[in-house]
Amino acid sequence: MSEESVGAGRASLEECSFSQAEEAPPRYRLVQPDGSYDEAAIPDLDVETHRGLYRWMVMQQVVDERMVKLQRRGEMGTYASGRGQEASIVGFAGALADDDWIYPYGREAAAMLIKGMSLRDLLLYWRGVEDANRFPNANVLPIAIAIGTHVPVAVGKAWGMKLDGADAVMGAMFGEGHPSTGEVQAGMNFAGVLDVPAVFYCQNNLYSISCPFEDQTGAKSVAQKALAWGLDGIRVDGNDILAVYDATRRARERALAGTPVILESVTYRLEAHTTNDDPSRYRTDEEVEWWRRREPMSRYRSYLEAEGLWDGIDEESIREECHETFDAAKAAADDFDPGGIDELFKWVYEETPPEVQRQYEAFEAFLEARPDAYDHIEERPKR
Amino acid sequence: MTQRTLVEAVNDALHTEMAQDDRVMVYGEDVAQQGGVFRATEGLLDEYGDDRVLDTPISEIAIVGSAVGLAIHGYRPVVEIQFSGFIPPAFNQLVQNASRIRWRTRGELSAPMVVRSPYGGGVRALEHHSESLEGAYAHIPGLTVVMPSTPYDTKGLLLSAIRHPDPVLFLEPKLVYRTFREEVPEEDYTLPIGEAAVRREGEDITLLSWGAMMHPTLEAAANLADDGLDPEVIDLRTIKPFDRETVVASIEKTGKACVVHEAPKTGGWGGELIATINEEALYYLEKPIERVAGFDTPIPMLAREDYYLPNPPRIEEGVKSVINA
Repeated sequence: MSEESVGAGRASLEECSFSQAEEAPPRYRLVQPDGSYDEAAIPDLDVETHRGLYRWMVMQQVVDERMVKLQRRGEMGTYASGRGQEASIVGFAGALADDDWIYPYGREAAAMLIKGMSLRDLLLYWRGVEDANRFPNANVLPIAIAIGTHVPVAVGKAWGMKLDGADAVMGAMFGEGHPSTGEVQAGMNFAGVLDVPAVFYCQNNLYSISCPFEDQTGAKSVAQKALAWGLDGIRVDGNDILAVYDATRRARERALAGTPVILESVTYRLEAHTTNDDPSRYRTDEEVEWWRRREPMSRYRSYLEAEGLWDGIDEESIREECHETFDAAKAAADDFDPGGIDELFKWVYEETPPEVQRQYEAFEAFLEARPDAYDHIEERPKR
Repeated sequence: MTQRTLVEAVNDALHTEMAQDDRVMVYGEDVAQQGGVFRATEGLLDEYGDDRVLDTPISEIAIVGSAVGLAIHGYRPVVEIQFSGFIPPAFNQLVQNASRIRWRTRGELSAPMVVRSPYGGGVRALEHHSESLEGAYAHIPGLTVVMPSTPYDTKGLLLSAIRHPDPVLFLEPKLVYRTFREEVPEEDYTLPIGEAAVRREGEDITLLSWGAMMHPTLEAAANLADDGLDPEVIDLRTIKPFDRETVVASIEKTGKACVVHEAPKTGGWGGELIATINEEALYYLEKPIERVAGFDTPIPMLAREDYYLPNPPRIEEGVKSVINA
């Protein structure tokens, strides 16, 4: 033991206090909303990387647009659009290394695609088909629908990676509502003890469905919570893709060096929480408009134009290609054979216990005896 | 052959498996340096080092949740929840992740892991330390719930649990952690999960129990036998999945049954057993089945807990009420 290990003694209550800041902490930003930037501060990325990032942002938009349309037509289940968060989503996943993992929470289609998930499987997932969660050749874990529950699991996975000596990080993704759960707090606290290679990536889009950030927590930021749990915190302007990309790379390095990081990307969802949500009930048109003027695509484009990198980008044909990719993925999803009713029963345990097997056989016999039961069974959504 | 207590059998199984499988990790609250509050993990830290044997923060969520992450990554975590009364914080992890990851991913990922926890009342522990909510855990699809009652079974079943391809909740009857010894082989052996043991063969009535309550049940059976009754006593050993064939065969023989568990009666696993007997062997039943169980109250603190727990006289009366019905 030493005095230092428990903290020095001081006759000043102020010096021995932690206080909430008056203002939200600053966000790391490289390109201003008006498109201006300081050349020296911008990370040196090659042209292909820029084009790749821009293409993925377009892909995110196309997927969101098409998924919502399919949902409206009854061909898709509930869907969570990432419109407005394209920079936040793509900047993070784009900066990860090939061997890194992500644990998504749903509003990050392009991140899952970047990490290797097939677009067909993304369609199948939102159509409610578990087979989408096989993730062949993708470093993606199944979407954490139960808020915050994935964070302790992500810590365990990162712990395993560390024990294996892997040169890779676990990127656990979540929204600003998740840290209100015990799961996130327990997981991050443990991460701080274990020093696992994890980047906890919070897309703070300011609303958890209808709950605004100031009603979610008394803290001025999510990133500051890192201190309580023994982690580092970084706050970034989530609508500036170059800032997100650079912050992610640096957070990743810290995590690999033994300090897990909460990376808070402050952004805004321009569309509804999901296709079942009506955001006009809880936020004003003026607010949405304020954020629309700060949306990330145009900011990135203005940077690319200023740098002379835009000339090689044909946005229209990129968008067209993305639509074609989506068309092909949809056709593949439509062709997916969901298998028989044994799919309900056979994945509960490696070896199906007798009772589960009996239930399966009884149900199969019942369906054979009473085919009119199919009148009451509809595999949704329509294909 | 060595004479071991039940908690020593737990320790023996952990040493046995850690020695031969590098993937096995043991962690939880106070399990490493201290060897566990019941000493179930004693000696593991010295033997296998702090990469594989660790003390954790006091967070059941972190313990069980991280075990899922390690398990899907290829490790074999055997974690301890210090008292079963503290499993509920980890319930979310058991429900959403541990039990479900295989099904969600169509078998691409699985969580072979063991959550060990001393359960039940009678040891004069503090409030919230004595719960017996196995029925709630057994209700979770994808989870396996093992509840041994003897040292020999404990070693064999714990080794099976650690090698099991899916998550196992291993509830240890702390009431009988040290009450008796029996021969436990030094060598590696396993007992099949899901197989009951007939502890006493008889013709007149089937007594069904598991874990700590096996002992008052066997005592009651002996007392009833002294009075001329011939009870059969079955130790379920695994409650999910349970050994339906052994239970049904016994009912077909005796035509009568009494279930004994310390968990609250309503919604307890006894109800599930009786429902199964009704499905499979109703026409063999000569009398209504009786349940001798904990009351539908929280288990009391140490001063009053003995009122709550089934004891041989209560079990005997339960059996008589079946016979005399």
